[in-house]
Amino acid sequence: MNTILEIFITFMKIGGFSFGGGLAMLPLIEKEVVINHQWLTAKEFVDIIAIAEMTPGPIAINTSTFVGYKVAGYPGALAGSIGVTIISFMLVILVARYFLKIKDAKETKAVFEGIRPAVLGMILSAGISVGRTAFIDYKSVLIALLVLFSIHKLKLHPILSILGAGALGILLY
Amino acid sequence: MKDLIKMFSIFFRIGAFTLGGGYAMIPLIQEEIVEKNKWIEEDEFMDVIALSQTIPGALAINASTYVGYRMFGFKGALLACTATILPSILMILLIAVFFVQFHQMPAVEAVFKGIRPAVVALIIGAVLKLGKNLPRTAKNLTWILIVVVLIAYFHIHPIPIIIGSGLLGFVLYRRERGL
Repeated sequence: MNTILEIFITFMKIGGFSFGGGLAMLPLIEKEVVINHQWLTAKEFVDIIAIAEMTPGPIAINTSTFVGYKVAGYPGALAGSIGVTIISFMLVILVARYFLKIKDAKETKAVFEGIRPAVLGMILSAGISVGRTAFIDYKSVLIALLVLFSIHKLKLHPILSILGAGALGILLY
Repeated sequence: MKDLIKMFSIFFRIGAFTLGGGYAMIPLIQEEIVEKNKWIEEDEFMDVIALSQTIPGALAINASTYVGYRMFGFKGALLACTATILPSILMILLIAVFFVQFHQMPAVEAVFKGIRPAVVALIIGAVLKLGKNLPRTAKNLTWILIVVVLIAYFHIHPIPIIIGSGLLGFVLYRRERGL
């Protein structure tokens, strides 16, 4: 299949199922981009998550632009970004026109009561998968514990934590 | 025309500052859309937020597409959506160009060796934060565990899991109501 079309369709699939915020989408992005298409290595995948956390915009958009560019240059970047956005774009317009009340329906709420724990499970799975790539020795485990403490207990901004971890990386490796 | 340009520049700014997820953006969007420009009312804004969470996609992008559509129809939606995602696309392109060139350098690899475990910590942090809002019922905890095992250990594709979770929620709800 044409590469550009393949990028477009892959990210359309990812965009169409991105419920529950960016981090919940990581297992889906990993499955499609790292395992099925092998557009990114496991390391590159973790690095792009870090980059996405430090730059504006949702992870799905950042990843689609990055992967699209890496695989097929600027046309690929465009195909990825449009693909990842197009389903929610059309759904928003449909809902704005016809179904604004759908969100209040009890059935909709019931469906999301089922999806919400799954979202947490997906984020946790992403943590496990990233851990397999990130933990290379005891020093890396130490960095993770330090960062977790700084964001969870000290409420340090994630960007600062990532920059700090980068600096530690230079010192330790 | 002037209104279209104004809307574009407002959503471009919103897109440029959506650091750390869409929720951080709610006050900024509210200030620009509801309070300063009075494009939609407070009540409708709350509906837009709820709606943006119900359908797939990023909160800030969904909300801006909705506001653009309400104001100027389809072209407004297209313009607002483009304006919101443009800053991240430009930024990532810039990084991608350099990343591909410099990624093999030992110093850059050392930085990322430090950053990768930080990503694990950020993800765990998000789980802890989100977990606070989820009722700690046996049903929820079991489902989280099942999803983790299915994805992380059996490598099941997440799409059937999302669909299955939605169906399960629907079925359990109907049973609870005796339907």
